[in-house]
Amino acid sequence: MEYIIIIISAIFVNNIVLAQFLGICPFIGVSSKVETSVGMTGAVTFVMVIATIVTYLLQNYVLVPLGITFMQTITFILVIASLVQLVEIMLKKVSPSLYQALGIFLPLITTNCAVLGVAILAVQKDYNLLESVVFAIANAIGFGLALITFAGLREHMDMVNIPKAMKGVPIAFVVAGLLALAFMGFAGLV
Amino acid sequence: MNQWKNFSKGFFKDNPVFVLFLGLCPTLGVTTSAFNGLGMGLATTFVLVMSNLVVSIIKSQIPDKVRIPSFIVIIASFVTIVELVMQAYLPSLFEQLGLFIPLIVVNCLVLGRSEAFASKNNVGSAIIDGLGMGLGFAMALTILGGVREILGSGSIFGFKFIEGDGMLVFVLAPGAFIALGYLIVLINKINQKTA
Repeated sequence: MEYIIIIISAIFVNNIVLAQFLGICPFIGVSSKVETSVGMTGAVTFVMVIATIVTYLLQNYVLVPLGITFMQTITFILVIASLVQLVEIMLKKVSPSLYQALGIFLPLITTNCAVLGVAILAVQKDYNLLESVVFAIANAIGFGLALITFAGLREHMDMVNIPKAMKGVPIAFVVAGLLALAFMGFAGLV
Repeated sequence: MNQWKNFSKGFFKDNPVFVLFLGLCPTLGVTTSAFNGLGMGLATTFVLVMSNLVVSIIKSQIPDKVRIPSFIVIIASFVTIVELVMQAYLPSLFEQLGLFIPLIVVNCLVLGRSEAFASKNNVGSAIIDGLGMGLGFAMALTILGGVREILGSGSIFGFKFIEGDGMLVFVLAPGAFIALGYLIVLINKINQKTA
């Protein structure tokens, strides 16, 4: 039951993009086509889940026993940066086709605050390993849901006549605001 | 390069939030009030100036291949300093900004300036660039926070001037997107006129 609550609350109620404002850069940057959004979601899911597992183990078996939790930010970001590199190299060897599909998105993920954000949140919420993994997967799905919905909306927006000063990013923000408003309807679900 | 131009470009022409769209996560996440926006902006300014300073000093020592990880470590060290100092002296602000303090590490603005400016210029220019960009960022956050606070709760920097609640939606998540969208429209209009 608690896993279901974690999943529902991460996907709908506290959507990582629309309610917590994490991962806005790819949300605005890569969301002009549905196809690229799907690719980005895949890459983020992959890295987010692995990063959360590794940072969970590091936090509980290295940082806490040694009493150096203030090093959290530095360790986590280094882990994520090297993990992205590792995933890139491994993917290239193991599955060239997947690498082709995700290739250009991987380097961008290091500076995606959603990955670091979820890793830190999982630690802050005192989840155990399994809960952390579920939390990471649910957040990745929430990220994908927001990103792909938004990309669909933006594809339609290309065909609409928009005032010149509002073209591009400004109208994207206003649409994102309306989408966030819609997601607020889920509040109270959990 | 003319140092005044170097300093002032962060405010209008190359404003990190309104024109370059860098560092949007903290911009939207913490600007529920003008004070929070200002606090976040100044914290980011400190990190930006210090990391620009260090990067420009040791730029010739860093091998090209590992420069991004090196920059990230430098930035993360200063973020940790900010985190600890703020927790000690400004606990209420620290509580409000929460997750977004450690997330300064992944603010594309900070890494972007290290990569694009500090690693190519001398120490003096790098500090001025960091200061200009940082204060431009702080200004943008304060304006957005101010707009949201005025519309959302009828107060500014905590001073209430309208009785009642205001339009609550501007304090909540959707208001952040909508307010920023319309502020960018305004800046676009001004830039079009002056250009």
